[in-house]
Amino acid sequence: MATPPNQLDDLVSQQYRHGFVTDIDADTLPPGLDEDVIRLISRKKQEPSFLLEWRLKAFRHWLTMREPHWAHVRYAPIDYQAISYFSAPKTNKDGPKSLDEVDPKLLATYDKLGVPLHERARLAGVAVDAVFDSVSVATTFKARLAEAGVIFCPFSDAVREHPELVERYLGSVVPTTDNFYAALNSAVFSDGSFVYVPKGVRSPMELSTYFRINEAKTGQFERTLIVADEGSYVSYLEGCSAPQRDENQLHAAVVELVALDDAQIKYSTVQNWYPGDENGVGGIYNFVTKRGECRGRNSRISWTQVETGSAITWKYPSCVLLGDHSVGEFYSVAVANHRQQADTGTKMIHVGRNTRSTIVSKGISAGRAQNTYRGLVKVLPSADGARNYTQCDSLLMGSECGAHTYPYVEVKNPTATLEHEATTSKIGEDQLFYCLQRGLSAEDAINMIVGGFCKSVFKELPMEFAVEAQNLLAVSLEGAVG
Amino acid sequence: MSGIHKGDPILEVRGLTVDVQGRRILDGLDLTVRAGEVHAIMGPNGAGKSTLSQVLAGRPDYEVKAGSVRYRGEDLLALPAEERARRGLFLGFQYPVEIPGVNNVYLLKAALNARRRQRGESEVDAFEFLALVRDKMKLMQMDESFLSRGVNEGFSGGEKKRNEILQMSVLEPTLAILDETDSGLDIDALKVVAQGVNSLRRDDRAIVLVTHYQRLLDYIVPDQVHVLAGGRILKSGDRSLALELERRGYDWVREGGAAA
Repeated sequence: MATPPNQLDDLVSQQYRHGFVTDIDADTLPPGLDEDVIRLISRKKQEPSFLLEWRLKAFRHWLTMREPHWAHVRYAPIDYQAISYFSAPKTNKDGPKSLDEVDPKLLATYDKLGVPLHERARLAGVAVDAVFDSVSVATTFKARLAEAGVIFCPFSDAVREHPELVERYLGSVVPTTDNFYAALNSAVFSDGSFVYVPKGVRSPMELSTYFRINEAKTGQFERTLIVADEGSYVSYLEGCSAPQRDENQLHAAVVELVALDDAQIKYSTVQNWYPGDENGVGGIYNFVTKRGECRGRNSRISWTQVETGSAITWKYPSCVLLGDHSVGEFYSVAVANHRQQADTGTKMIHVGRNTRSTIVSKGISAGRAQNTYRGLVKVLPSADGARNYTQCDSLLMGSECGAHTYPYVEVKNPTATLEHEATTSKIGEDQLFYCLQRGLSAEDAINMIVGGFCKSVFKELPMEFAVEAQNLLAVSLEGAVG
Repeated sequence: MSGIHKGDPILEVRGLTVDVQGRRILDGLDLTVRAGEVHAIMGPNGAGKSTLSQVLAGRPDYEVKAGSVRYRGEDLLALPAEERARRGLFLGFQYPVEIPGVNNVYLLKAALNARRRQRGESEVDAFEFLALVRDKMKLMQMDESFLSRGVNEGFSGGEKKRNEILQMSVLEPTLAILDETDSGLDIDALKVVAQGVNSLRRDDRAIVLVTHYQRLLDYIVPDQVHVLAGGRILKSGDRSLALELERRGYDWVREGGAAA
């Protein structure tokens, strides 16, 4: 490698700079989980004692919990003692040395998605050359953010550099005891992202721009915390439309968002992890806890997600609407093809007065996939004048797939207004034939019909990503209708 | 321009026999349509009129058991539906489907470009295309809001049918099959649709009207009228046949009412 290694380290894995100076390869622990493992993780990461205590508390609680099985998904039992809970960032020894060694199928997909050349290598896990192109770009972004006072860094950096913020907000939205996977994540999380936007600041860029370049191998227990202080605004885009090379099967991430008075957080996800092959072999289990708290008056949190990857998705980005007049939004497109299983939706918890929430969910099932919408709208006695609008639409392609809708409603305040609309439609033979008769190819016709179905969600995505999301859908549904 | 002259055979159907879900619907149907002609195919419900339209357009699920169809000399049945469309075969649907969220203009532009590519022409750009569509919309008395609406989304019956003829006028087909274009239309809408179709009559184009009622033929005067019953053409004639049918009913041509 010709390029100085310390530049790469800065960019891809900041741990190197901050103390992981020795024995990188030896930093992978044998499989298994007990308190010693957690102490070791915390020590390796040079964490303050409050965090170690926090992890241990989470672990002790996790031991008392059972894996949940209420979701509409099936999979073989997971052996949690067979997982290695600490692994230093993978070096390029494991990955392909150049794009020539990468599966041509994967490269063809990048081509279809229009992924820029310099990003392809990184996505495919090639840890050399191409990645270096981005170094200067990333540095420029970093400077611009710092100028605005926005903190955006790996979680472990935040622990060292802004411990007071971490201590104040970590676990304040998703407590360690929240659920089985959240408890596990709290005990063993390796890294993730931290964002703090100070009072009155509007983040000068989509954080995605930077993220796409900087993020690599964040690991299977990722932790994200975003705090928007009073009157601030931030738009954060997680993930990438291109398939990520990844060896980990189980992913249990936690994302916490906090919006104070008049603050707004827009969190968009494009998730395209390996879904397994046509027969359901392989693929990621994506068991994620995502929750935002509208803590201040007039605050607003919007979740927008396009989910096309993973073998199993279990994910309910939610909003707790504490502040009066706060607003929660959830816009989702979930695609399940072949033998994928998706159980996803949202929870809107209305606590403050005149809180409003909107849920728009579009589920697309093809092949033999099972796609479930599961949502809860809860209005507490304090939430005078709360309003919710829910729209759940399912689109079926073919006769062997399934769509399921479980809308739960709990209303404890008589002044609340709830509206719910739901439709299930088949991608009609009629629609398809209509388009064919006008001269469109079957592939174009399906993309057009599905694109129309998802339109109301795509328009919530940052603009440059709306186009990619549409391409991604096209790739995900390839061959869905003969 | 098209290289087609008045009187050239466009569609030659010979002994066409079709089953749908194991039931014989068409049973040895013959039909010849030439450039410059308008043909009306009439018949009672269940006679196989719509089946004929769908089979010609290439809809799957229809089993052709016997017979042949030549379109401009080519074996039509060997082509998939989209290829037939790109070669200038247009079906005006009896029940145009709604495609929510997909813009009318978007579909129409994609359709026109598919046709143009087939002819080796360059694709139209957005400006050219809008000018073209606006022009045609006037003819069909459609207002501007149509441009931003979803394909047939929330359209009234009349609007859907007008939209079909609008598409036809933009795509400029060689053979247009209009399946029950008159059904569900009030008299004013019928006049607009008929006027649109009449304006599209050309020497290098053939039009097949499939209809249950004679009423449409008051406004679009056909060169030939065929009576389809029991899966085949039982009688052909000129415009007067349609009028006689209206007077005497379909039983008059049906052999002892054998066809269900």
